[in-house]
Amino acid sequence: MEYYSKKIIDRFLHPKNLGKIKDADGIGDTTNLRCGDLMKIYLKIEKKGGKEIIKDAKFETFGCGHAISISDMICDLVKGKTLDEALKIGYEAIIDELGPIPPVKMHCAKLAQTAMKAAIDDYKNKSKK
Amino acid sequence: MPKTYLDYAATTPCDPKVVKAMSGFLKKDFGNPSSIHNFGQKASMAIGGAREVLAEFLGCESEEIVFTGSATEADNLAIFGVVKAAKVAQPHLITSQIEHPAVLESCRALAGQGAQVTYLSVGKDGVVEIAELKKALKSNTVLVSIMYANNEVGTVQPIAEIAEVIKKTNPKTLFHTDAVQAVNFLDCDVKKLGADLLTLSGHKIYGPKGVGALYIKKGTPIEPIIYGGGHERGLRSGTENVAGIVGLGQAIKEIQNPKSKIQNIRIRQFRDKLIKTILKIIPASRLNGSLAQRLPNNVNISFDGAEGEAIVVALDQKGIAASTGSACSSGSLEPSHVLLALGLSEEVAHGSLRMTLGKYNTAKDVEKVIKVLPVVIQKLRKISGYSQS
Repeated sequence: MEYYSKKIIDRFLHPKNLGKIKDADGIGDTTNLRCGDLMKIYLKIEKKGGKEIIKDAKFETFGCGHAISISDMICDLVKGKTLDEALKIGYEAIIDELGPIPPVKMHCAKLAQTAMKAAIDDYKNKSKK
Repeated sequence: MPKTYLDYAATTPCDPKVVKAMSGFLKKDFGNPSSIHNFGQKASMAIGGAREVLAEFLGCESEEIVFTGSATEADNLAIFGVVKAAKVAQPHLITSQIEHPAVLESCRALAGQGAQVTYLSVGKDGVVEIAELKKALKSNTVLVSIMYANNEVGTVQPIAEIAEVIKKTNPKTLFHTDAVQAVNFLDCDVKKLGADLLTLSGHKIYGPKGVGALYIKKGTPIEPIIYGGGHERGLRSGTENVAGIVGLGQAIKEIQNPKSKIQNIRIRQFRDKLIKTILKIIPASRLNGSLAQRLPNNVNISFDGAEGEAIVVALDQKGIAASTGSACSSGSLEPSHVLLALGLSEEVAHGSLRMTLGKYNTAKDVEKVIKVLPVVIQKLRKISGYSQS
């Protein structure tokens, strides 16, 4: 297996979901203490027929090429999903789309999942008030 | 796309003269150097020739050279071999926090077996402090192992001074230096350096991979770590890597060629241009390690808001091969132990780029980096949401 696959390189060089959402409904910020990566996920959420749907997702990541392409991919995957569906998106779903990643980089997928959960939790906390 | 290779501290291509010298010993003159017949004797003579070349380069006797399968093996032989021969109930070793893993992990393994180990800290400049070394020396200090030049930040240690302090404080303590990165650029005369043991490698000096050597001063108590047919005066059993040893010898010959001095001046000019320009045109960037006490080929710079591996991957896409800390540790997630020892924060240590120049680099390579690197850093800073305040 190549350390960086072509698919991952493409996403890393041309991320689709890069940046901030100014009036984000939820922001997830996380630090991976082990590898020093920082990931920030911004969510825009819309209520449709009693359901809360993720309308837009963007990211900012300080990390390696894998971390960046995975951040971009998870943003793609959660769009149009309900919050519960988004919370279920993990390693399997990400590599289904991106292709295999080296074992040493598996934590990048966990990190993206953690950042996503933090963003959803942030939205839930805010909407309670 | 033309490729710009800036990772000469990881490994170097073989010099064409090295390849030529080696090729005969892979096929035609394939004999086992231990054989008495003509095939064997030819191989044995070739090893003897390479040994003499190394001895001349190091200013020692041929018998003081042991060929090994790598510099890592040579470091292991020096450390484990000396401690084994010392037969001290609780041996004490001194090394530095910025050593190559070949030395650090060997010391850690011995510590696991009950040895005491002192890991000397370094200053922000990446240089060991003599006063601290002096304080650390004890009556049971069997060995001090301090590298000549660092592989990540290129800082050069005051080896002769270190040797002097050791011998004055505790004449029985042996001194080993890993000179792998220094050989291309610095004087390796073992008498001037005052080293009892010195490691060098083939593939960092335009020679082949899979061969290293250890200088062991005559009379140094040392025991083997590999046992077998008693090759290399019983210190490194295993049929010799004849072609590899011949290649190493030829690589050392090329370093002694006056042309190599001129190449090194050019390499230093390239290095200075890279450091000066990058620090000037890329904001929030800083050089890691001393500029004055530094190998002529090493550039190691940290950039806020851009992660090292991401920089390397993006540069690779533009045809520039560089590295983060060291190639050996790029599979690990921990930030470079060398940069942390220099006092960098974990985050800054994660954002470092190492470029190491070599004799095949051109002015065009330097121009290319100066053109491409700022774009890459800017892009990664955008991805990380980094903003200069």
